[in-house]
This record gives sequence, structure tokens and C-alpha cells, in this order.
Amino acid sequence: MNLADGLHRPGDSPVHRLRPQAKIVALFAFTCAIAATPREAVWAFGVYALILAGLFALARVPATWVLSRSLVESPFLLLALAFPFMVDGPAVRIGILQVSEPGLWAGWNLFAKATLGVWAALLLSATTPVAGVLAGLSRLRCPEILLQITAFAIRYAHLTVAEVTQMRLARLARCDDPRFLWQAGALARSLGVVFIRSFERGERVWQAMAARGYTGRLPLEVGPAPASPLQWSAALAAPALAAGIAAWTAVPA
Amino acid sequence: MSDLALHIPTDVIDGPTSLAFAAIAVLAVGACVVMARRNLDERLVPLAGLATAFVFAAQMLNFPVAAGVSGHLLGGALAAALLGPWLGALCVTVVIVIQALLFADGAVTALGLNVANMAIIAAFTAYGVLALALKVLPRTRWGLGVAVFAAAIVSVVAASAGFVLQFWLGGEAVGQSFGAMAAAILGTHVLIGIGEAAITAGAVTAVAVARPDLVHALRGAPLAQARARVLKETA
Repeated sequence: MNLADGLHRPGDSPVHRLRPQAKIVALFAFTCAIAATPREAVWAFGVYALILAGLFALARVPATWVLSRSLVESPFLLLALAFPFMVDGPAVRIGILQVSEPGLWAGWNLFAKATLGVWAALLLSATTPVAGVLAGLSRLRCPEILLQITAFAIRYAHLTVAEVTQMRLARLARCDDPRFLWQAGALARSLGVVFIRSFERGERVWQAMAARGYTGRLPLEVGPAPASPLQWSAALAAPALAAGIAAWTAVPA
Repeated sequence: MSDLALHIPTDVIDGPTSLAFAAIAVLAVGACVVMARRNLDERLVPLAGLATAFVFAAQMLNFPVAAGVSGHLLGGALAAALLGPWLGALCVTVVIVIQALLFADGAVTALGLNVANMAIIAAFTAYGVLALALKVLPRTRWGLGVAVFAAAIVSVVAASAGFVLQFWLGGEAVGQSFGAMAAAILGTHVLIGIGEAAITAGAVTAVAVARPDLVHALRGAPLAQARARVLKETA
């Protein structure tokens, strides 16, 4: 995984071409719609999954990639699997197992919403370059100082991560056998060294910036482009559909 | 180490609670920016950026704990001890936002909750405990190590208590009593905290021995032993 690129998969699909600020707003809206849908409306989650699958296909993101990236939520999936056995309440029989009905619903709720939430977020990170996400956040009036810190952090994160990996390799090459608790000491000391190196690098970077006339603001030569009404409506089509479904299912019949 | 209950996914906590904590997180992060800028002025961007990259690396560091289980640092206490609570909380916040928006880890609707627990609560309780403990304990390597160890455990448990609070306000009870769930979460995080604390204490003392001026919690003063040795050498 290349840290500096996030999970971005370069491409030239309609989803890639949408302005990032519209996609970020769409992600928030879509996730809120997922969260607001009652768990009993099983078909609604199927529709959300279909919408996202269609958008992934449009963006030419392979399903295997999406599935392997979804593993980030696996601790929660384990929790969702445990719910039917942990929860009291009226029991139902599935095969040889006796499980609780509210537990089944709670597990399904966690599983469906967490998975769809991750898929929606993956769609943004797969189709938007890191610089695009930052530009979009800047259009959405996110404070400039936070964006600058984030940009620096992403630019240098692969260096610090590489330093940690390199030290681990160096330890292994010198017959270190990292296991269980005994590795903690070496790990902690190398983290300390990486901190000193990162902080000193920060000071060097600042000195180099100061030598080039930096006074606390980055000279941004290109402002992020605004999104046209067409772009906004295209990006918000999917969340609007999802919001409609969520509103419909949430109203008691 | 394991962030099982901490990167909260979609809709574990209801909307009003998420919004309230998002508002708290925005205010707190705003205060962090103001205070961090007061200490660092125009150096803030490069130094905070590199410090954030360091926290990122510390969290990326996966290490096997037992068969099939690997863990990683949360880093709140580490950042607070080395960088101070304001800059430390700011760095962890940026890491959480990057993970949510660029790596799809943690729901975007739960950003406020995650930032409140892992950045704000963790960094400030860690720093509070550390400052108190350093008043009582001797300023030696061991004194600092014990203080950081205590601060890291308390910070992990406090962060999980933040989640328990959010769950009490806006979570949905699944069967078991709330008390049993809270006890299970807090108990697990005491164990997680011990691992986090061992690594954090080792890392901070390693920095303190080499570059005491970089450990914010020491406020520029070197450790007692190190100073005595330097005095002996110069005498």
C-alpha cells in the first residue's frame, strides 16, 4: 500500500471526474441515509448495496478489491456474529442452533450498516486522489491550517513508516526474534528513535521553508475548482435516492 | 493495541449523540489549533505534520500479541507525553480523519465520536495524569517511565469510558444489562492499556534519555540521572 496515494485507483470514469467536494457531501448524505434506515427494511439495504455496486462498476473498481478492503471492519463483523448468542429474548431455531431473535436483528443491523458505510467510504477513497480530497475539504470551508497539517502528514507518513519497517528488518537481520511481550522493549526504543528523527526532520523542513520565505501561509497558486450545479446533482443523485428510501422505510406503515 | 471498540462504524451510536459529540470535537480541535499555534507559530504546519506522520507510523506498527491476534498502538498518550496535550490531540485527530476519508476505516458519521474518544479524551487525561505523577515521582528514568505507564493506561481506559458514555447516551442496548457491557469494555481496555503503556513508557524514556528537550512533559528539564552524569563529566 502506498501511503501517499491513500487507496486511490487512478481512472477516468464519470465517478472519477466528479468534483471531490460533491463526492464528500454525497458520502456524508449516503452514510446518514444508511444509518437512518430501520433494520427490518432488509430490502432497503439490498437496494443500497446495488446502488454502490453499480457505482463501483461505473468507476471500474473490481469487486475483489472492494471485498478485500472491507476486511478493515472484520472485528465488528465478529461482534455481529456474536450478538445472536449473547442476547436474551425470544429464541428462534436455525438448524441445530438456538439463537435469540433480537440478537439476530442487532447483529444484522451492525453487519449491514457497517459494511455499507465502509463501501461508501471506499468509493470516495478509490476514485479521488489525496490532493483532490484535500481540495474538496478546502472548498467545504475546512480550516486551512488543518488541511496543511494533513497534507504534510500524508507526504511524510510513508517515510516514517519506512523507517519503522527498516528498523524492524535491521533487528531481524541481527538475530532478533520478535515474539509476544519480549519484543516490547526494542519496539518502544525504535519508536523513540523514529520520533526524534521525525521531529528533527520537521525542524529541517521548517528551516528550508523559512529560507524560501515561508511566513506561515502556503502560497496556493491554484484554488480548487468549484463544482457546477450539474456536478452537484450528479453526485447527490445516489444519496437522494437512498434518503428517499430511508424516509419511506422509517415512516411507520 | 487492538482498536476493537474504538473506530466506531456506522450507526452504532444514534444521530443526536453523534452530532453532539461532533460539535464538542470541532470546538476542542479549534482550541487545540489556537493553543498549538501559540507555542509553535509559523513552525506549526511542518512540525505538526511530521509529528502526525510519526503517530501514523506508530499506529501502523502491527505486532503479533498472541496466535492470530495482532495489535497496534492508539498513540494518544504517546503523542500527549511527547508533544503536549494540544498538539498531541491535534495530531491524533488528523490521523483519525485521514483513516476515515482516505482509508475507509471508521464511519464518517462517527468521526466526532472517534475524535472525542481517541484524540481529545485520550490526550488530555494522559497529560493530566502525567503532570500529576511527575510532581510526585522523582525525575529519573524510572520515575518518568512509571508516570508515562500510568498515564497511558488511564488514557486508554478513559477513551473506552468515552465510548461507554456515548453508548449509554445514544446506543441501543442489546440484551445484557448496560452495567455488564460497560464492565466488559472497561475490563478489556485495562488489558489493552497495559500493552499500550509498556510500549509508550519505553518510547518516551528512550526519547527522554537522548533528547530530553523533545519530551513536552519534562518541560525542557533533563532527567536527574542524566544531568548528574553530565555534571560529573564536566567537573
